[in-house]
Amino acid sequence: MGEVRLIDVSKQFTLRIDGAAHMVRALDRLSFTVADGEVVALIGPSGCGKTTALRIAMGLEKATTGVVTVDGAAIKGCGYDRGIVFQHAELLPWLNALRNVEFGLEMKGMRGAELHDTAMKYLTLVGLKDSVKRRPYQLSGGMQQRVGIARALAIDPKVLLMDEPFGALDAQTREGLQGELLDIHARTKKTILFVTHDLDEAVMLADRVVVMQHGRLQEIVEVPLSRPRRDLGAIRGSDAFARTRYHIWRALHAGAPTLH
Amino acid sequence: MVDLAESNSAASAAGGSARRSVPRWMVTTASLTIILILWEIFGRDINPIFGSYPSAIFKAFLALLRSGKLGVALLQSIQPFLLGYGAAIAIGVPLGLIIGRFWVAEAALGILITGGYAMPLVALVPLLVLWFGLGFAVKAAVIFLMSVFPICINTWLGVKSVPKTLIDVGKSLVAPNSVILRRIVLPATLPYIMAGIKLAVGRAVVGMVIAEFFTSISGLGAIIINSANNFDTATMFVPIIILMVLAVGLNALLGWFERIVAPWQDEIAGRN
Repeated sequence: MGEVRLIDVSKQFTLRIDGAAHMVRALDRLSFTVADGEVVALIGPSGCGKTTALRIAMGLEKATTGVVTVDGAAIKGCGYDRGIVFQHAELLPWLNALRNVEFGLEMKGMRGAELHDTAMKYLTLVGLKDSVKRRPYQLSGGMQQRVGIARALAIDPKVLLMDEPFGALDAQTREGLQGELLDIHARTKKTILFVTHDLDEAVMLADRVVVMQHGRLQEIVEVPLSRPRRDLGAIRGSDAFARTRYHIWRALHAGAPTLH
Repeated sequence: MVDLAESNSAASAAGGSARRSVPRWMVTTASLTIILILWEIFGRDINPIFGSYPSAIFKAFLALLRSGKLGVALLQSIQPFLLGYGAAIAIGVPLGLIIGRFWVAEAALGILITGGYAMPLVALVPLLVLWFGLGFAVKAAVIFLMSVFPICINTWLGVKSVPKTLIDVGKSLVAPNSVILRRIVLPATLPYIMAGIKLAVGRAVVGMVIAEFFTSISGLGAIIINSANNFDTATMFVPIIILMVLAVGLNALLGWFERIVAPWQDEIAGRN
């Protein structure tokens, strides 16, 4: 099981600009549900609060009001029922790939041979079996993000939270990793909530797309593409893909200030 | 394996260090040689009371060495140095980590550390002599007080500069505060700690000589002040140069140690 529910989540903070205090409303009564095994994308322009929503769901930040539940139970801070993949992988630079994945498992209390075998299993899953001894700076951006994904998956969370996981990668690497994420989802059936600003990525990966605007829910768009999604090229060229993409594009622009 | 090409380019970038036509040590040696030659040439024209020159200093060095005075003085100076400097590391680093990580500790102790760094220690040495006497203990105390503050402040600044995102990694994995401090904050702060420890070498040497000036009965500082009183300038320079050489050597040793304990640092900075 792994159902995530955001219920009336609001987040306010004070920002000091030139000595004057401004109340900033990052999230305004945001509610949506990610069903067990579902993939949901959070999309919206920069500053719309999508990353804040994800960090609140992880427990890295506290909501001003509202609750987040996982399988019906309200979360209290971070927990092993959720794993997060950061935008820039955020590996510990003094540990090699294997030790980075083992670090998370160690925190969970795993020791000995099981520790090594589990870490190896997930590094193999993300295709890094042969680079486990490399330190982060000896890995390319795409490989670093694979380690980040392996670290999050290894603790076997019910829910995988991803903050623009492929946003910092070049187009080809990004598409490759999108395919692999679809593959990993097909195999593990994890619930995935990910933040993106990339329309194509949202449609390609998600079952539903939550469109956000100024901290509020704008619209939830269903993606009518069946799983498994294997031939990404064919999907990209399909009518359903184009229609959904256009639908989300319109939703994004409906709430945006016009330039005229 | 979409990004194999990318990984190759990363590897070649790591291998392609800046190639120098002349090795670094050769430039350093040449620089030192030129300085020594110029010193030798122009130093001879100066009245030996007002100055000296390398060959005269070397002769004085041999004389001191043969008389056995140098060995004894070195031992008298180095023992309190190691104790005071070692204690400064053992206390300064954990203190800096705690002050940087916990705001209560920062509010309570930060001001003392910042003030302590600027403390005019020379003025306090007579008082310390009253407390600790004229021997080993006062030297160790002065060396400790000179070196603990830069080590602590650097560690503190280092903790402040640890990216919040790395702390988030620990939090997201439900690591307790003590584990985050030991396994994320400490390694991330290591370059700052090493910089503080290196900075403190110079201050510890100064502290050692100050203490010996005031007690003036032992160590390299005593040789300096006694030969200065006898207008034996060449002999006076011997311990001064020995101290400088020791400080440079200790710095090199610490640099080597840093590359062993923090090899990732060169990768981050793109050095090779």
